[in-house]
Amino acid sequence: MIDQYLYLAVILFVIGAIGVMVRRNALVAFMSVELMLNAANLALVAFAWHHASFDGQVATFFVMVVAAAEVVVGLAIIVSIYKTRRSTSVDNANLLNQ
Amino acid sequence: MIPLEIVDPVAATGLFSYAWLMIALPALGALVLLAFGRFVDRAGPYLAVATITGSFVIAVALFMQLLAAPVENRAVGVHLYTWFGTGSWQVDVGLLVDQLSILFALLITCVGGLIHVYSLGYMAHDERMRRFFGYLNLFVAAMLTLVLADNYLVLFVGWEGVGLASYLLIGFWQHKPSAAAAAKKAFVMNRVGDLGMVLAISAMLAQFGSSAFVDVNHGAANLAGPWPMVIGLLLLLGACGKSAQVPLQAWLLDAMEGPTPVSALIHAATMVTAGVYLVVRSHTIFDLSPEARLAVVIVGTVTLLAGAWIGCSKDDIKKVLAGSTMSQIGYMMLAAGLGPAGYAFAIFHLLTHGAFKANMFLGAGSVMHGMNDDVDMRHYGGLWKYLPVTFWTFACGYLAIIGFPLTSGYFSKDHIIEAAFGESALVGTLALLGAGVTAFYMTRLMLMTFGGGKRWLDGVHPHESPAVMTVPLVVLAVLSIGAGAVMNWWIQDWLEPAAGNHPHEVELLPTPIGWLTMLVVAGGIGIGWLVFGRKPVPAVAPAGNAITVAGRNELYGNAVNDVLVANPVMVLSRGAVATDAKGVDGFVHLVSTAISGFSVEGRKAQTGYVRTYAVTMVLGVLVVGAVLILGLAA
Amino acid sequence: MNVVFWICAPLMVLGGLGLILFRKAVYSALSLALTMVCLAALYASLEASFLFAIQIIVYTGAVLMLFLFVLMMVGVDTPDSIVETIKGQRILAAVGALGLLGLMIFSIGGAVTAPSIGMDGATVAAGGNVQGVAQLLFGRYVWVFELTSALLITAAVGAMILAHAQRTKPKLGQRAQAEQRMKAYADRGDHPGSLPNSGVYATGNSIATPALLPDGSLAEASISTTLAERGAQVDSTRLRELTAEAFADAQRVRNEEDEEL
Repeated sequence: MIDQYLYLAVILFVIGAIGVMVRRNALVAFMSVELMLNAANLALVAFAWHHASFDGQVATFFVMVVAAAEVVVGLAIIVSIYKTRRSTSVDNANLLNQ
Repeated sequence: MIPLEIVDPVAATGLFSYAWLMIALPALGALVLLAFGRFVDRAGPYLAVATITGSFVIAVALFMQLLAAPVENRAVGVHLYTWFGTGSWQVDVGLLVDQLSILFALLITCVGGLIHVYSLGYMAHDERMRRFFGYLNLFVAAMLTLVLADNYLVLFVGWEGVGLASYLLIGFWQHKPSAAAAAKKAFVMNRVGDLGMVLAISAMLAQFGSSAFVDVNHGAANLAGPWPMVIGLLLLLGACGKSAQVPLQAWLLDAMEGPTPVSALIHAATMVTAGVYLVVRSHTIFDLSPEARLAVVIVGTVTLLAGAWIGCSKDDIKKVLAGSTMSQIGYMMLAAGLGPAGYAFAIFHLLTHGAFKANMFLGAGSVMHGMNDDVDMRHYGGLWKYLPVTFWTFACGYLAIIGFPLTSGYFSKDHIIEAAFGESALVGTLALLGAGVTAFYMTRLMLMTFGGGKRWLDGVHPHESPAVMTVPLVVLAVLSIGAGAVMNWWIQDWLEPAAGNHPHEVELLPTPIGWLTMLVVAGGIGIGWLVFGRKPVPAVAPAGNAITVAGRNELYGNAVNDVLVANPVMVLSRGAVATDAKGVDGFVHLVSTAISGFSVEGRKAQTGYVRTYAVTMVLGVLVVGAVLILGLAA
Repeated sequence: MNVVFWICAPLMVLGGLGLILFRKAVYSALSLALTMVCLAALYASLEASFLFAIQIIVYTGAVLMLFLFVLMMVGVDTPDSIVETIKGQRILAAVGALGLLGLMIFSIGGAVTAPSIGMDGATVAAGGNVQGVAQLLFGRYVWVFELTSALLITAAVGAMILAHAQRTKPKLGQRAQAEQRMKAYADRGDHPGSLPNSGVYATGNSIATPALLPDGSLAEASISTTLAERGAQVDSTRLRELTAEAFADAQRVRNEEDEEL
């Protein structure tokens, strides 16, 4: 019964990972990361249900809080990069190898 | 062999507690002169003279006290502080004021003081005069440390200190490449001797557990097997380096590149005699080893002849004197090698030599001062009229060194020749021959410098040196003439507790060997007159025969060094360089090339694209996850 | 419950695929919104009513709207290029994704064997889902909860710093602006009054249509330069012809009526 939720979570997680690896638009890559977080959340809630415990739900809550903070900072970074480079492609910001 | 009675020093009281001031004063002077720079440019030289005068006063006061003390109390130990302790060894810094060291202290401070005064005139026009006096003071402090130390390690500190001062002073005119090279040569060759010293001291520490003279003297009797010979030969090596004895003689002639007062003080009167002091100070070791003493005798004899030979053929007045110094120190070494019979005479000759050789060196400096610093005797001639004080004082030194009756050299050298005959006829004959050769080359020097016609270069106007230079000459001349007679009947008894007993009785009238010596000396003078006095000396050196050429080339000492040491070392170094360049560097370069190649390839993995890193991360997660799961499954 | 799952799960997968397959970022965001809403439904089916509400309000309502705002700021209408520029990226990504999928399915498969308990009992015992979460949140996890406040404050300050643009010249007051305008008029003859309105034609009154001047030429100042640069400007000549035709038709009709009268 719980297996189906876990398989769904795995599929969503892998889709998110593919998005991060393949898409060049920073916003889409970022959304893919959100999808991966949500997949993990789904697994947490499913296990909470499985074990009849609220701990998984609380953990999900914290993940959401952290995700919200991350989104705020991440989007601000994307905006500031866009302001200087006129682009949201992650490939343009390749200063990491300089 | 008569076993020696070893005198233990008594603890210092009264004035003796302040013996360290003798060293501290010139050391302080050196510190002030060298540290305060140009602020003491004017007062510095006078301060230097003042400090050494202070040391001289203290030395005289201590000498008087020793004279007044009973014989058994004439060795005074002054414990200053504990230097370091390690394991079972404890090394104290202490001074030993006894009959031997006080004589040295007197010689160093007296001759040193006179040379300081002389330098006030000689170096007056050198803009680095303050530095010169700083080095001189440093030298005096180190030399006093050397002779006053009560153990070999502290002695070694002074030993290295005089080596440093010698290096600094030989290379004082460092703008001359020859002076810089000479300083380096002296330093390096002294290091060879120092190796012997270090090994000897190490052997003492191993054998006696202490390097103090007292412990060494007491422990020497218990030395087993070859140890006395080993330590003796090592000490001899050290003495050879410092005293320019064969085979480490080559540096002394080059050392004449230094200012003449330096040659007088360091390379004639004091430092180069440190080897003799060392041998006499270590007499308990040498007494136990006939082999080591034989080596000392051989070294001394060979050096006395080699030095005389070089002295005969050089035209440079300072190098003649340097050869003469080698030769005279050879006499002292010879005497010291004769054992208890000769220790006192070695020291006796050392003291008189310190006076007359300093006198002659300073006289040579005075001549050079008047001749625009020309050192070639073939450009001199007829100077007796123009430099009267220099001439008369030099003549006193001349009489002393050739052993003219009743001058100081007569007493001290004749004793050595007699003692040498007592040891073996061969050594005695060679020493006698050396005396004749000495008379010959000193006569040559006198005739070429002061006698004959003028062979001056253009623009030279000889003039007598100022009083500040001539007064020390006069004092030293008096000492050259009179010191022997004063000490002749006294020094053996005086030194007996410190340097061993004596079998010789001294008489005013010459012994048969004494007569023979006078005859040989007269022969030397005669030959010198025949060659250089009767007819004019050529202004350009004649080609000369093989003997002269060998002497001019310092008996090929440098060539021998080159062949035996320098060239093999060069070949070895080139081999090492080649090995390093081809083998070691090749391997290193191979490794570095490989690493840089891998790095260049590896760097390409760093694209800077975030997505590449994301893929890498996922693949890493895969690996970690696989390992974890497989690990759990296993 | 199963019904909800089997309705939502395919939609979520479709949403996820849409996220990574649409070339326009706006469609991707909307696909993600679909996934989020369905996820909320799954939370509800898993008896996590509090998270159901939070998922809708926070994720779909706030976070995704934030994404859309940023999308609007950086331009909505530029589709991504689908040409891969990094060599081997797609192959490696495929390998990584398949490996990840295989690894996780392998590890999940058969990992859970015990029957699920379900939240019913726990919810009743706690007096409700929200009460149950609250008890943990303000009990065992209160310290973590407090820490999240620091995290959020930091994130807010960080976002403000990142998004803040330093003013490079002083802000002009109303008076200074007026003086500038008059100076421009004096120097270059720029009209000091307000700019002309866009044109009004018979078949269009968009702001992208330039007005006509009395001599029949186009009033360039009547449309925004931004629109002009984007090429969104409507061809006024064509509009004028259409308008003239319309007027001519009207005139003809009127003339015919007059003749009839």
